Amino acid sequence: MTTITPIQPLLRIEGVSKVYPKPESGGSFTVLDDINLTVNPGEIVALLGRSGSGKSTLLRSIAGLSKPSKGVVYSNGIPVLGPNPDIAMVFQSFALLPWLTVIENVEIGLESKHLPQKEVKTRSVEALRLVGLEGFEKAYPRELSGGMQQRVGFARAFVVQPRVLMLDEPFSALDVLTAENLRGEIADLWEEGNFPAKSVVLVTHNIEEAIMLADRVVIMSSNPGRIRGEIRVNLNRPRERNSSAFRAMADHIYTIMTKPDTKITPVVQESTSLMDTTPLPHARPGAISGLLELVEEYGGPEDVAVISDRLRIEADDLLPILDAAVLLGFANVREGDVTLTEIGRTFADAEVDDARDIFRDQALKFAPMVRTMHEVLRASRGRPVHEDFFLDILDEHYSDEEARNQFETALNWGRYAGLFDYDSDEKTLQIPEE
Amino acid sequence: MIKRAFPSKYALPRSPIGPADTAILLAMFLLFYIVARVGAGFFVAFKPPVLQPKVSLDPANLPYYAIRSTLRMFIALIGSVAFTLVYGYIAAKSRRAESIMIPLLDILQSVPVLGFLSVTVTGFIALFPGSLLGLEMASLFAIFTGQVWNMTFSFYHSLITLPKELDEAATVFQFSKWRKFVSVEVPAAMIGLVWNGMMSFGGGWFFVAVTEAISVNNTSYTLPGIGSYVAKAIAEKNLKALGLAILTMIILIIAIDQLFWRPIVAWAEKFRMDKSTAATHATSWVLDLLRSSKLPRILGLWWRDIRRKLPTIDVRFPKKPNLRFGWKKKKSRINEDLIFGILIGTIVVGAITAGVHIVTSEVPAKEVGSAFGLGILTFLRVVGLLIFASAVWTPIGVAIGFNPRLSRIAQPIVLILASFPANFLFPAATIVFIKLNVGLNFGSMILMILGAQWYVLFNTIAGAMAVPNDLREMAANMQLRGWPLWRKLILPAIFPAWVTGAITASGGAWNASIVSEVVAWGDKNLTADGLGAYIAKATTAGDAPRIVLGVSFMCVFVVLTNRLFWRKLYALAETRYRLG
Repeated sequence: MTTITPIQPLLRIEGVSKVYPKPESGGSFTVLDDINLTVNPGEIVALLGRSGSGKSTLLRSIAGLSKPSKGVVYSNGIPVLGPNPDIAMVFQSFALLPWLTVIENVEIGLESKHLPQKEVKTRSVEALRLVGLEGFEKAYPRELSGGMQQRVGFARAFVVQPRVLMLDEPFSALDVLTAENLRGEIADLWEEGNFPAKSVVLVTHNIEEAIMLADRVVIMSSNPGRIRGEIRVNLNRPRERNSSAFRAMADHIYTIMTKPDTKITPVVQESTSLMDTTPLPHARPGAISGLLELVEEYGGPEDVAVISDRLRIEADDLLPILDAAVLLGFANVREGDVTLTEIGRTFADAEVDDARDIFRDQALKFAPMVRTMHEVLRASRGRPVHEDFFLDILDEHYSDEEARNQFETALNWGRYAGLFDYDSDEKTLQIPEE
Repeated sequence: MIKRAFPSKYALPRSPIGPADTAILLAMFLLFYIVARVGAGFFVAFKPPVLQPKVSLDPANLPYYAIRSTLRMFIALIGSVAFTLVYGYIAAKSRRAESIMIPLLDILQSVPVLGFLSVTVTGFIALFPGSLLGLEMASLFAIFTGQVWNMTFSFYHSLITLPKELDEAATVFQFSKWRKFVSVEVPAAMIGLVWNGMMSFGGGWFFVAVTEAISVNNTSYTLPGIGSYVAKAIAEKNLKALGLAILTMIILIIAIDQLFWRPIVAWAEKFRMDKSTAATHATSWVLDLLRSSKLPRILGLWWRDIRRKLPTIDVRFPKKPNLRFGWKKKKSRINEDLIFGILIGTIVVGAITAGVHIVTSEVPAKEVGSAFGLGILTFLRVVGLLIFASAVWTPIGVAIGFNPRLSRIAQPIVLILASFPANFLFPAATIVFIKLNVGLNFGSMILMILGAQWYVLFNTIAGAMAVPNDLREMAANMQLRGWPLWRKLILPAIFPAWVTGAITASGGAWNASIVSEVVAWGDKNLTADGLGAYIAKATTAGDAPRIVLGVSFMCVFVVLTNRLFWRKLYALAETRYRLG
């Protein structure tokens, strides 16, 4: 008989409280009150709270640097009783030893592992390479800028290849631009998929930082420190802090944090629900119409290769046009042969005005992006909407370039169908005046 | 309706005197009385060797002796503060003065004070013939020279490292020099001054004990005080009197710590400029008492009224109109410097030639060589002392310093131990040496350890306390334990503090060698081979050439180890092992 073991969480925090005695009055002071939290493999969890929320104390309890007054922290299923070997920490103050060189500081991480000197060296050099500090091995920390010092801090944690990487406000001692830069690089490393840790716990008071990096944002209240709730961050990576969904989430969390009594609800992602971003094949309406006319002319099913030859265009360029025709319900493709549908044939034969009406009906029915854009413009009651509004939404799902292309395609279709007007000077869209 | 028969307590004019004020007033009157009463003893007739003050071992006299010694300490402290302010200020403000005053200070603090006793004692006695004041002055001078250099260095250092913003603010607001001195420079130097003053004062007890009963030029001199009480107890082999003196000394040190230094240290906290190190917040019940009392405020108001009525005395330094930028002209400097340098050089060369002449006229060349050998023996004792103190006290100091609760308790205790004059314990150790048949060649090192080890411990505790918590957490997170933890984190982190402690300890040990290489219990004398013993014997015999030779060699040893060893370690501590 086999038993199915559920996935072991990397960290399980059960009912952890921390109480300090007050030396003056003889009373006591609760820093953490009944904290319950799990951290699973493959996720970044942000502990977000103001000062006094005990988030650093919680981090230290998890790392085994401070003993909880009540409750237990399990790391990989084992109760944490001393410094937790599964964890490597990155400190706000960098915590570098000024008398050791950069590489010696990184090697500290492997000191207790008793590895052969050669392996220590290669792993440390590799960790430094990961944080972009090749060539600085022999420098002393005080010769480096703050940002570079913190890179050493990261390398020292990376070299351990810990189960959990603990980040204790790692960017808050850096100036804004340096912090942004380093944060971006850490996010990139995570997204590339060969991050030297399974999970990350990030302590921060910076809302944007939490949204930027985390899969879950755990919001803590102050005095005593309690977990108020958590918010999932479902935004695609890499995250754009200027996107409307990012902004909406930041506003939402900001509201929660400034109002200690509100219940935590998932963010209402109004902006993303505004627009369906299912991709469109990149084809101009004129090309679609041309293709359909050609196929109609020959009467029967036509081979894709033959059409490509006739039209003297590459198959690669033909395929999006074909896809568009199929999406809009004008054609079917079966085993390389293209046949027109009823509506496709009508469209191919129609006069210009009729063709536009047919295309509009089909686009509204089958091209969700065009439909939702039209709805947005209708909802704005004739006021022009800047193209960036749509591009921002698309940016969350596509690369910059592809977002632009998707927008262009939807714009072409919508303009052809008479659904939008576009002002190329102002770069605004609006409903055509009747 | 009932009419109030008695005025409410608010209607009565409020008495300006509360219980705290009563206590303070009483304490002040008592203090004045004691100072007047004991101070009179300074001026009694004195015609050595016939007419000398007698010291009695009657325990009833102990408080009087203790107070008399204490009075000496405070007079020397006042002198030290005054000297510090003047010397430090001039050295910091004049480039030329600095070029001679600071090296001079460096040499002076390396010189073993006790080596010059024969010169100072005879000199001061000649200055005040027929009065005990001469001998008192000699004792005061020894205490003064024992404590002043540290304080002067600290003040000078604070002046030249005055935060730039403060300096600029004083300029922007057109402070006169006096105003800047009083409101900017002294406050900025206050914490260093207070701490150095406290440490030096603690070291001063040692000199009190030595100078109150000395033999110079074949004559024994006695000043009534706790030091001469101990000396008499030793001569008469009176263990009970010795024990009482030690007990009195402990009480005295604790009382002065509680009533004088604690309040000042706690008060000086307000001059702290960096917020970070304020973790060890000093508190003092005496200061709390003073602060809760209305008396200081009332006195302050009186003083303000008096000052208003007095014609204003302008104590400001003359202020030059300073409308242009303060760049000084540089043109004739080189020539003046050259002349100045030649002048100083001539004096130094002259002094050396004179010294060499005095020595070589009487001391055979062979003895010069053997005196140098004795210097090496004493040097080895100092090294042994440092190794012992470091090996024993570093782990303990780190354990204490890493535990905040323990260090809060331990630090003041160690400070008191460091203040305790180790030469009070010498007789007890001597008895043990005689009993166990330990030669003083080894025993004198133990005697030196008795006094000097506390500086290592005290500084190690301070160093361990100053290790940032983040670094300790990092080490724990990286699973550093045992030797790797010591090698990577603890030893480098406490290194600067250890260097400071070791420098102080070795300086103290060189001085202590003069009294610890020759000890006595009753009529039994123990002597070690060493430069300290050489100087001590020459002093007793009034042998000027040998005093000059011994003291010069000791200066050379101290200055050379400072230059070749400590200075380098210090530079390393300042650059590589500096935290933050």
